[in-house]
Amino acid sequence: MPTKIYSPQLQALTDDPPTGQSERGEFAPFGARRLFLLGGIGLILTGMIFGDIFAVFTLHQNAARVGANLAAAANAALAGNRQAVLANFQNVGAFLENRGTKVDTHVHMIDFGYLALLLAILQPWVALPDGLKKKLAWIFLAGAWLLPVSVYLIHYVGLAHSPMKTIGWASIAADFGGLLVLLATFACLIGLWMHFRGKRGQPADGLPSDRSAEGRLLFAGGLALILLGFFHGAYYAAADLYKHEAQDYSLLAQMSAGAAAGARPVVNNALTGYGQLQGAKAVNIAAHAHSIEFGLLAIMLAFFQPYVSLSARWKRSSAAVLLAGSLLLPVCVPLEIRYGLVAGGIADFGGLLIILALLVMWIGILRYPGTPGVSVTSSPESRVPQ
Amino acid sequence: MSGSRRLLIIGGIALAVWGMSYGLWYAVFAEHQALDTIGSSLAGSFAAAADRNPVVMETSLEQYREAKYVYDRQVDVHGHWIGLAMLLIVLGIGFDRVNFPERLKLFLAMGLLVGAVVFPLGVLLQTFSHGPLPRAIAIAGSGFVIGSLLGATIGVVARGSSPARVD
Repeated sequence: MPTKIYSPQLQALTDDPPTGQSERGEFAPFGARRLFLLGGIGLILTGMIFGDIFAVFTLHQNAARVGANLAAAANAALAGNRQAVLANFQNVGAFLENRGTKVDTHVHMIDFGYLALLLAILQPWVALPDGLKKKLAWIFLAGAWLLPVSVYLIHYVGLAHSPMKTIGWASIAADFGGLLVLLATFACLIGLWMHFRGKRGQPADGLPSDRSAEGRLLFAGGLALILLGFFHGAYYAAADLYKHEAQDYSLLAQMSAGAAAGARPVVNNALTGYGQLQGAKAVNIAAHAHSIEFGLLAIMLAFFQPYVSLSARWKRSSAAVLLAGSLLLPVCVPLEIRYGLVAGGIADFGGLLIILALLVMWIGILRYPGTPGVSVTSSPESRVPQ
Repeated sequence: MSGSRRLLIIGGIALAVWGMSYGLWYAVFAEHQALDTIGSSLAGSFAAAADRNPVVMETSLEQYREAKYVYDRQVDVHGHWIGLAMLLIVLGIGFDRVNFPERLKLFLAMGLLVGAVVFPLGVLLQTFSHGPLPRAIAIAGSGFVIGSLLGATIGVVARGSSPARVD
């Protein structure tokens, strides 16, 4: 039997119409809130799975090709072969663009997923008709899928049949997707402004007041992850960022000057150093970004735990697994420099844990009946559909 | 809705829209040109090395350094404005969990908002000036964010008059 502690806010929730009232429309199977929530988690899941596949099958191979072509360009400069230098740099550019578009696909898919979760949380404050909010959710999701898919295609479509000199059709489609997301977000902002301008009361939404065990675990764990990421970022900026930038320039200068002087050992040393530097930069930035992103994800998911229609045990386990994976991945990524594939494998396992936990929560939300009378502030057990 | 929550949510959404608009502008009007400059100047430097032309080599490499410096910061600014905006909104929604008086919570919310605007702005200013002032602005901004977030975390962990608790 759950123990309810009195508070004015809880009382206000009781005095209002049942908490489900305002959200019934939005959390109906195809209501705006559920669309944003399921669509958002779906985007994050797809982005993470894509990121894992990309990391395992493309990232390292691509980095090796970039390194090999840069070495070939340096050696061509050493031999005084200008044409070979330019040809190798063209290859480097192509490989970097390929890599860049894959990373952009991964990042934008996940970031739009986060934005969708945010908009899902804010829906009760968006003072627009339910039908319009539903349309905005569809527009947002259309743009959120169009942009990353188009970015993925940039490398393959190139400038074919493009009316512009530097931007291809895939880039144009990606920008259009971004515009759709921007418009939908802006419309939600107008809805929020209308809410606050109209001096309406607090919408009847029990989600922010939920204090279930899994919700508290995710909220506190998420804050700790964000702080960890901020401290790591601040340390990196203070200790390594400017040093790495200076090294980037000086190693390239050594390569080209060594090549001009015909000094092969200087070129080879600079090439080795450059490869190591790129690795060090990549793992530090990845650890910083992932720690904060997973922290934000945990906090946002904390609000939606009442909608996860699973047993309390499953909910607590999925929350714990999500946090364990969220800590494991950013901690192990920087260790890849020292421990290589072992640390990389553990980091990938962390990513897998997050994917599994998200999938469990997504299924739980899909199972939520969204029927009248289901209170979001009742005990977890009572929310499980029979 | 309390003032601190309102400040975080509205400020966060405005910052998100601003960050996205900035990113869209940058992608359409500046990013492709910047990437072209980075690639061509680096290739030009190595080609000059092949021609044994140290003057062009150094000029091209310097051009690469400047273009890369600006590009990295532009992307950082875009990402950090949107990321911090999301953090503001999410914290705003859950700010009732911070067990501090409203006045202190408003102070923390202002610190977070100021830091979220100023930190990327300092990074952006570094593209115009390599002097110490933009760097100091960025450091101050990040200090505001970290300090305020630390305060909010302590408030969440602290045993206070946490509202609406259902155990």
